[in-house]
Amino acid sequence: MTAALTIDGLKLDFYGVHVLRGVDFTVPAGSFTGLIGPNGAGKSTLFNAVSGLYRPKAGSVRLGQAETTGLPPEKLVAAGLVRSFQLARGFPKLSVFQHLMLYGAGQPGENLLAAMLRSAAARRREQELTERAFGIARRLKLDHVLDNPVTALSGGQKKLVEIGRALMADPKILLLDEPMAGVNPSLTEQIADHLVALNRDGLTICLIEHDMALIKRLCAPVIVMAEGKTLTQGSFDEVASDIRVQEAYLGRRH
Amino acid sequence: MLSYVIFTLTLCGIYALLALSLNLIWGGVGLVNLGLAGFFAVGAYASAIATGAGAPVLIGWGAALVVGAVVGLVVTFATLRLRDDYLAIVTLGFAEVIRLVALNERWLTKGSDGISGIKAPLKAELGLQGFSIFYLGLVTLIVLVVWALLRRLDLSPYGRTMKAIREDQQLAAFAGKTVLRFKLQAFALSAAIAALSGALYAHFQSYISPDHFQPLITIYIFLAVTAGGVGRPSGAVLGAYLVVIFLEATRFATEWLPGLQPVQIAAMREMMIGVALILVLHLRPQGIMPERIPKAPRQPTPSA
Repeated sequence: MTAALTIDGLKLDFYGVHVLRGVDFTVPAGSFTGLIGPNGAGKSTLFNAVSGLYRPKAGSVRLGQAETTGLPPEKLVAAGLVRSFQLARGFPKLSVFQHLMLYGAGQPGENLLAAMLRSAAARRREQELTERAFGIARRLKLDHVLDNPVTALSGGQKKLVEIGRALMADPKILLLDEPMAGVNPSLTEQIADHLVALNRDGLTICLIEHDMALIKRLCAPVIVMAEGKTLTQGSFDEVASDIRVQEAYLGRRH
Repeated sequence: MLSYVIFTLTLCGIYALLALSLNLIWGGVGLVNLGLAGFFAVGAYASAIATGAGAPVLIGWGAALVVGAVVGLVVTFATLRLRDDYLAIVTLGFAEVIRLVALNERWLTKGSDGISGIKAPLKAELGLQGFSIFYLGLVTLIVLVVWALLRRLDLSPYGRTMKAIREDQQLAAFAGKTVLRFKLQAFALSAAIAALSGALYAHFQSYISPDHFQPLITIYIFLAVTAGGVGRPSGAVLGAYLVVIFLEATRFATEWLPGLQPVQIAAMREMMIGVALILVLHLRPQGIMPERIPKAPRQPTPSA
């Protein structure tokens, strides 16, 4: 199986505090990989280091075959790596529709002159993106709130917008940081169903989540991180029965 | 009286260009540029010096645009790591540096004497009255063209990205946008517009000196954009016209107050302007023409 994302010996520290101390794992192409670990294990920091927010101190990140260590976020997005945030983030004064459109890549209308002259290519691309945005909005049941500013949405809808706009960027791999946190149980189910469907359509997903029942149901393989390192990986049942994983979560027996 | 009205409306147009410039950079990518008066001065001096050396007026205006854009790029590169208050302080300092250079580099700017006899295009052919009307028409036309272009920009994908950068530049990068490119282009374009406004001012007054480019101009333009509505070109233009007309109207209002010394009347005007700003911010904090969220186009009915 080919790897969508390969992380090799990744290290990162903040002023001497070692947060990532050598993370190694691969996300197989087409998989729905789960990333779990106790609080403070470095999962979100790993996402930040992989997605270009932080520059790793050592180690490498490869996206497919391409070396992408330390690239800025916009280059990584262009290469097909898109992420969501643990606390749903948005642009307060933009509508849901604008959020979706913003993530559409290759818009010639983002060129200063083309924008002022309203070039035909820009209008054509805008039309294509509009149709895609409508499609994604319908799929995620956001089509009735398209004109609302994101600040007027419920917590669950904000999470859906995060997923929707990430899809607009046409990612090869999607890094999701707790997309179900703080969402009511029925919407959690909906989001899970959306993710499963997207994964079936060929999208590689790497998910950070604390809800073990959900991880068990959705993810294979499951990667366990603890104290800034990869602890183990395998199927959910394999890692759940691993004594080291239990120790990482519950503490060591003395 | 007619020439006074024409003078005021021309000044309105010049301030409207400054307001459009500020709205692009502040309402667009969210950079607080308190150095507007500096770019205004750069354009005025660039055109005055170029035409003083024998260049035709149009070349002078072109020079103002180019010099303004280049200075804008230099300022952006110098302030890449700064945002918000820190950027505001540095740009305010920049405007003062420009004014002090104009005051002290006598070989270039004639210092505090100022540059006089700046060419007024077609003044000899049109006569005094004809020239005023012609110039008013020209300035108004330029305001219309710049407004139309910036409005298009505002509603384009480029404008959408600028506003995303204004709201959260880090998240904009995660949406795949090259934030730096947008900031540089917007700042350069904004500076060029402010410089063009300065050039129009110089040839309108036919005399400029460092005294004309006090930081107070920047404050008036912030007042105009705030009152008109940040983030909307039409609001910026409306705000500029209202501010200039209000500033001029206070001249007459103070005549009604008996028993004041001229110095007190001048102070009274400043007070009225301050009160007006507070009222606008209190009654309509989002401005007279607030920013709109564009609606999504009509949704096609799903096939099947």
